[in-house]
Order: sequence, then structure tokens, then C-alpha cells
Amino acid sequence: MRQRGRVRVERVSTTRRATIPATSYPVERLTLDNGLRVVLTPDRSAPVIGVAVVYDVGIRSEPEGRTGFAHLFEHLMFQGSENLEKLAHFRHVQGAGGTFNGSTHLDYTDYYETLPANALERALFLEADRMRGPRLTEENLRNQVDVVKEEIRVNVLNRPYGGFPWLTLPPVLFDTFPNAHDGYGSFTDLESATVADAADFFQHYYASGNAVLAVSGDIDVAEAVELVERHFGDVPARPAPVRPSFAEPDLAAERRVSYTDRLAPLPAVASAWRVPDPIGDFAGYLPYAVLAEVLTDGDAARLVERLVQRDRSVTSVGGYLGFMGDPFDVRDPTALLLQAHLPPDGDVDKVLQTVDEELDRLATDGLTDGELARTQARMATHLLRDTDAVLGRALRMAVLEQQRGEPGLLNDLPRLVGEVTEESVRAAAATLRPQRRATIEVLAGAEQ
Amino acid sequence: MTTASRILPPLGPTRKLNLPKQAERTLGNGLTVIAVRRPAVPLVELRLGMPFGRVHPARAAMLAQTLLSGTTTLTGVQIAAELQKVGGGLSAGVDPDRLMLSGAGLVTGLDRMLELLAGVLTSAAYPADEVATERDRLVDRIQLAQCQPGHLARTALLKRIYGRHPYAVQTPTPEQVRAVRPSVLRKLHDERVHPTGAVLVLVGDVQPERALDAAEQALGGWNGAGRVVELPATPPLEPGPLLLVDRPGSVQSSLRMALPAVPRTDPDHAALQLANLIFGGYFSSRWVENIREDKGYTYGPYSLVEHSVAGSVLLAAAEVATDVTGAALLETQYELGRLACVAPEAEELEQARQYALGTLQLGISTQAGLAALTSAYAGSGLRLDFLAEHAARLAKATVTDVAAAAARYLAPARAVTVVLGDAQRVAGQLGTLAEVVTEPAGP
Repeated sequence: MRQRGRVRVERVSTTRRATIPATSYPVERLTLDNGLRVVLTPDRSAPVIGVAVVYDVGIRSEPEGRTGFAHLFEHLMFQGSENLEKLAHFRHVQGAGGTFNGSTHLDYTDYYETLPANALERALFLEADRMRGPRLTEENLRNQVDVVKEEIRVNVLNRPYGGFPWLTLPPVLFDTFPNAHDGYGSFTDLESATVADAADFFQHYYASGNAVLAVSGDIDVAEAVELVERHFGDVPARPAPVRPSFAEPDLAAERRVSYTDRLAPLPAVASAWRVPDPIGDFAGYLPYAVLAEVLTDGDAARLVERLVQRDRSVTSVGGYLGFMGDPFDVRDPTALLLQAHLPPDGDVDKVLQTVDEELDRLATDGLTDGELARTQARMATHLLRDTDAVLGRALRMAVLEQQRGEPGLLNDLPRLVGEVTEESVRAAAATLRPQRRATIEVLAGAEQ
Repeated sequence: MTTASRILPPLGPTRKLNLPKQAERTLGNGLTVIAVRRPAVPLVELRLGMPFGRVHPARAAMLAQTLLSGTTTLTGVQIAAELQKVGGGLSAGVDPDRLMLSGAGLVTGLDRMLELLAGVLTSAAYPADEVATERDRLVDRIQLAQCQPGHLARTALLKRIYGRHPYAVQTPTPEQVRAVRPSVLRKLHDERVHPTGAVLVLVGDVQPERALDAAEQALGGWNGAGRVVELPATPPLEPGPLLLVDRPGSVQSSLRMALPAVPRTDPDHAALQLANLIFGGYFSSRWVENIREDKGYTYGPYSLVEHSVAGSVLLAAAEVATDVTGAALLETQYELGRLACVAPEAEELEQARQYALGTLQLGISTQAGLAALTSAYAGSGLRLDFLAEHAARLAKATVTDVAAAAARYLAPARAVTVVLGDAQRVAGQLGTLAEVVTEPAGP
């Protein structure tokens, strides 16, 4: 079924809760003979489209001795393909008035473009071409190893708090290589990567059966289906590899590690607690998403009011689900994180103790009148705002299809968040005990 | 088995640039309100820009930091909670031209957001306790910024290009921040937070006329007193020796170049924008293809035209590996010089033109994008319909126009160059290409 024109908006009202609106972007799903799954979500409100291809492989799948390889490989997917020279991809996207990028996550890698709608067929051609096979050459590999090293210097080595906490906390919380290792990679591992490694990685993980294509925006569904068939239909069929379990047991005792950051002028701390399986136990997981916001979203949030305003024991505090801030794009195992920056004489022990106190108070006394409803209303705004961009919709729906077979969940999230009960948020808070906590502490190493 | 090579599909017909429905009204107190309709999601974006030139950076930064900390009737926490109830939020920021309040919320809460905004504008209290807390937070943030290579490089560049102009120093020192008292903030608010010359932009699932009514209802009583302050025009760039800012132990060098530029309304602007794209303004530019995709010296080099009220400037920036700092500067000078001296290929111009036109479409395809653009244009005295005019100029610019703009604005002889890095390791490399003056990093 398809709908035209303006996206219909439903307003769902429940007693004692804010009125949470929802979108109803239409969703079409199909699977090609080669196993490629396709999601189409038309919206003709602006003459632009988003195109995303998501492969079910990420940082957790890279082999030992090859840290950073999933990300390095992402770079190689831009270096030319079956019918395209190096640089051609960039030029064809931008020369059509579009922008592009790719990013590597724990459980997936995405490639995407957003363009004026008249470039739909071109974008499909470009994505299909590299799905058939990137040009993996020694020269391109060496060039991109250099580029990735500069990326790591910019984002980690040459700045204060580089990699904090997304690279520095996982090895405290987790024990197994897939979950604990540095996803940006060591320079040694990056330098020892070979073209043969890349060819194997592509052969194994970049299979049509392991990918999802999503197209959003100003498209006619029938025409888009035809174009998708035309360009992707003859991509050779390869099945998805079996995805291993990355499960690990929860912590039995508190863990705490500290390190000195020679560029950091002030101390900082981050803690993580394991949360329920985001896919297998979505109902158990959602209250943690709400809890993170109750604790830290805005000046009226509990930990902000207490730690920043009242105690002045931190200068900023944030809370979120997932090491990459990706609550609905990640599989088990994952975590709720709290992170804070401290003033010069800051006391990390005291901060952690206050967090425990506030969690206790929340679990014991519950929420104040209206606290849950206003948090849910604000979350709805954030969720809706993210879906306004066509590309945001294509990306989120592609991942929801890949991990859950449920791209339409994007429409339902504001409502589902709005249905989370006070009781379940209290129960979630009660599980964040010190003995289940992994903490990383940054000691200031820079002169002030 | 052989595979027939596949042909890149052509683009479909270009779709016309359609501007959304909008309305504008100037209230009796001098506030201009612009409302734009994009009903895609049931939200509204809000941007309120107020002229704020010539305010001391410490006072300006502290005012932005504490503007939302409480009014005569509500605490800062209450303001935040009340906004949250309607899915809203507000934040304040400041630059040498403007004080900006920004936010977004559920469209059903527009009236309430405007009411809370009005409360802040007319009765912000700057409570002593909150001001003290925020002062410490701001000091910490400045200390952190002073450890960021990008911030240090920008600070040095601004000082170098703006000299005695108010734009030269945009970040206060911790000592200056510590000296700001609540009484100073209240006085500054009385003098400068007023509607004359201010522009409120509302974008979203609104009927524009109805949104203007709501704004008038809430903000019509905001006091129109206060003074308007003009900034002097920025001085012309004065090329000179390369300034090397020493950051011992730096594992990369931050290369920054400033070149002359013109405001959005200048007849040269479209051609300059295209010349900048061809040089380094997008990924498929000569500079990126050279120093990243060919040589691997850097990750994300970029160049852009930065527009401020008192003048425009073209900035080029790259973080490059320490060992190739000199080589990266050489390639940068080469690419600038090549474009300034030799006309670009027609194909290159066409590609840049399509990118410029396409990204205009993308930029106005979201509520947030429309709000940002409408507000930025309003800051230069322009309206959204300027977009169509600009698109027409981009469509018309010829190779000759672009070559002339490149010769005028991108000539390396006109550049001011600053490099932040480990002087011991890069001074020699840079000295082979330019006269070098070294100074220590610092605020």
C-alpha cells in the first residue's frame, strides 16, 4: 500500500501523559532473488532522496590482529568499483548535487547518499556497483591506511579526551575481543592489513544476503522498485554469514580503571552498566532509554540539577544508551552510560557516590509529578526531529530492517517511549548497582 | 567470463526550486518575525537572533551562559521543566555579531515556548548563585578549548587577520570571565537584549500567519528601548610571514589559511563560491583529491567562505601529519596558484555548480535546515527568496567568471597562513617555502 502527499500525523493521547505525536511514513519491503532486502519509504514533501546501504558487519566482527579493519574496509569501499575509477563515486554523487558518507558501527557499516530526487537511478547504480565489488589495490590500501591514521590522530591522539569513553570504557566492561577491542585500530594492525584480507572480508561479509538497501523521499514506489531490480537484480547472490553470538556474562563485581590523558586539562569519568538485549527484550530495554533522559536530558534532569547545579561536583553530565550513542541501532551486549567532566579539584568517588544516591532515590521514591511525561515529550521531539531529514529515515529504517525486520518501528518509537511506565523506569534504576558498574576515570595530564 | 561495462545512468530532469510558504511581520517594538511552513513533522524550530556586536567577549559569553538561569518568577530548573513539558528546549549562544536563542519543540507547544521565551527576554534575573556556578563551568570550558588544536589555531588566525578589530578576540580568558558579576549581566541585558534589529524565525508545522500572531501575542510587549551598535568593517588581509604557533609534542600540524572574500550580495559571490568549491570546498575538489586521496597527508581538509556582519573571509583548514607539514603547504599553495592562474575545465565547473545547486535543495528540505538558513540570511538582511536569486547566479556563472574570481580571491600571494604544530619538527620544512615567524601557543 502506498500513500501520497503529506505524511499523516496521529496524535495519541493517554491519561496523565503528554500528547505524544507520531509520524506515519509509509513503508514498503521487498527481497530480491539474490537475498538483498529493500525498504522504500516515499515522502514527496521535498524533491530530495536518501539512499542507504547497510551491511551486517561492524567492529565486533573484525578478526584478532586486525583491529580497525571494519573501518579501514569502509574507506576502501569508496576507492572505485567494478565500473568506476578511483574518485568517480565522489564526483558522481557530488556532481549530481548530493552528499555522501559511510560510517562503521559495532554491529553494522553504512554507506549513504542524499541527493536531489532526479539522481535516484545514479545513486542506485553507484551502490550496486560497489556491492558487486570494490577495486582493492595495494596503492589504494596504503593511501587509505595513511588517511585513517590521520583520522585517528585528529579524533583521538591529538586532542584531549580522545576516544573517551567510547574506546576506553568497553575494555573495562567487557572481556572478549569482539566487545572490548579498539574499533579504530592500532597503527600496527592497520599497517599490516593486506589486500588479501580485504578481499576475504568483502567475500565473507559484503554479501547481497547480508545487506539492506533503503530509499526514502521523493520517489514513486513502482518506479523505484523497477530501478532497484534493474541495478541490484544481477548482483551475484551470496548468503549472509552466520552471525556469532557476542554474549558475555554481566559483571559480578565493580570494575574501575584510570589513565592519564596528557592533553586533558580536567578530570572526567564515565560508567557503564549492562542493559537488557535491545532486540530480544525490547520492552525490557526501552525503560533504560527513558531513564538515561530522566537522569541527564536538560537542566531539569535529576543528575544535572543535583551534580551540576546543587553540588557543583561536575561541570557537565550526559547519559545515553550504546557506546556510540545508538540506542536503536545496536545489538546485545550493550550498556547505559553516564559520563561527567569534573572541575579542577573534582572528586570522582564523591560523584559516583552521588549518582548511586540519586539512582536509589529514583528507585525508592519514584518520579515526581509530571517528570516522566515531560521527559517523554522531549524524547518525542528528538526522535521526530531526527526523522525529518530523508537520509535519517533511510539510515534508521535500513538498520531497523536489518536487525529487527521491522523498519516501521521508526514511526512507533515516540509512542512506545511515551508508553513506558514509571514503574519500569524505577525498576531500571534499581538495577544500576555499583557492583554491576564499570568505570573509566581520566586523570588530567595537561598543565592548566 | 567477461562483463560488459555498465554505463552511468543520466540524471532525470532537474526539479524546480520551490520555496515554502512564509509570512513576515515587524512588530511595534521593532522585532521582525518570519514564519515558514514545513509541515513534515509536528514540530516547530525557533531561532531568535539579536544584534550583539561590540560586547566584551567575557560578558557576552557569560550572558549567553546565564540567560536561561532564572527569571523573576521561575528558576532555571523550572524554565527547563516547563519547556520540556511541551517537548521543548532552548539554548543560548553568542558570536561577535549576535546573541542567538535556539530551540525546537512539539508544535502544539509553540504558544508556551514563546511565553517562556518572553519571560526570559523581559525578566531574566541572573541569580548570584547560578551565575557563580555558570562562571566556573565556562572557565572549565575555556580551559578545555585551550587544549584543542583547532581552537588554538583559530585563535591565532583571528588575531593575525583582524588585528585591532573586535573580531580579533572571540574567546575570553578565564580571568576575564571570573570578573563578570551578576550586576554587569543585568545591565548588559537592559542595554542590549532588545527587539530593535532582532529577528525571530519560526519554522515547522505551522500556518505562517497564525505563528506570527502567536509571536506578536507573546513578544509584542518586549521593551523596545536600547541602543544599536555598529561594527566597523573588517580590515583587508595583510599577507606576511607564515605564523608558526608552537605546540610541542603535537602529532599533527593544523594548517590554516585566510583569503579575501565578499558578502553574499556581492556580484562576485556566486563565482567565488564556485571557485572555492573547485579548490577545496567539497570532497571532489582539487585540494582534497590531492592531499587526501592521492597523498594521504590528511583526513578532512576543507575550505569555506565565512560570512560575518562586518566582512567575509575564505578559510582553508587541514590537520596534516607532522612529517609532511611542509609538503602539505606546498600542495596547498600549488592548488591555489593553479586555480588563480589557469582557468578551470568546463566539466569541473559544471560538477561544482551541480553540487552548489543540489545542496541548496537539500538544505531547505528539513525544518532545522530551513530555520538555520532563514536565520543566517536574516542576519545579513536577506530573506529566503534570496535563495532563488543566488541559484540563478550560480546557474549563470561562466568559466571566465570563475577564473576571474579565483585570480582575485584565491591567489596564494594574498593568503595569511598560520600553522599550529611542533615547531621543532616543522619549522625547517615550512622555512623552505615561506618566511616563518614562531610564537608559543596560548590564548
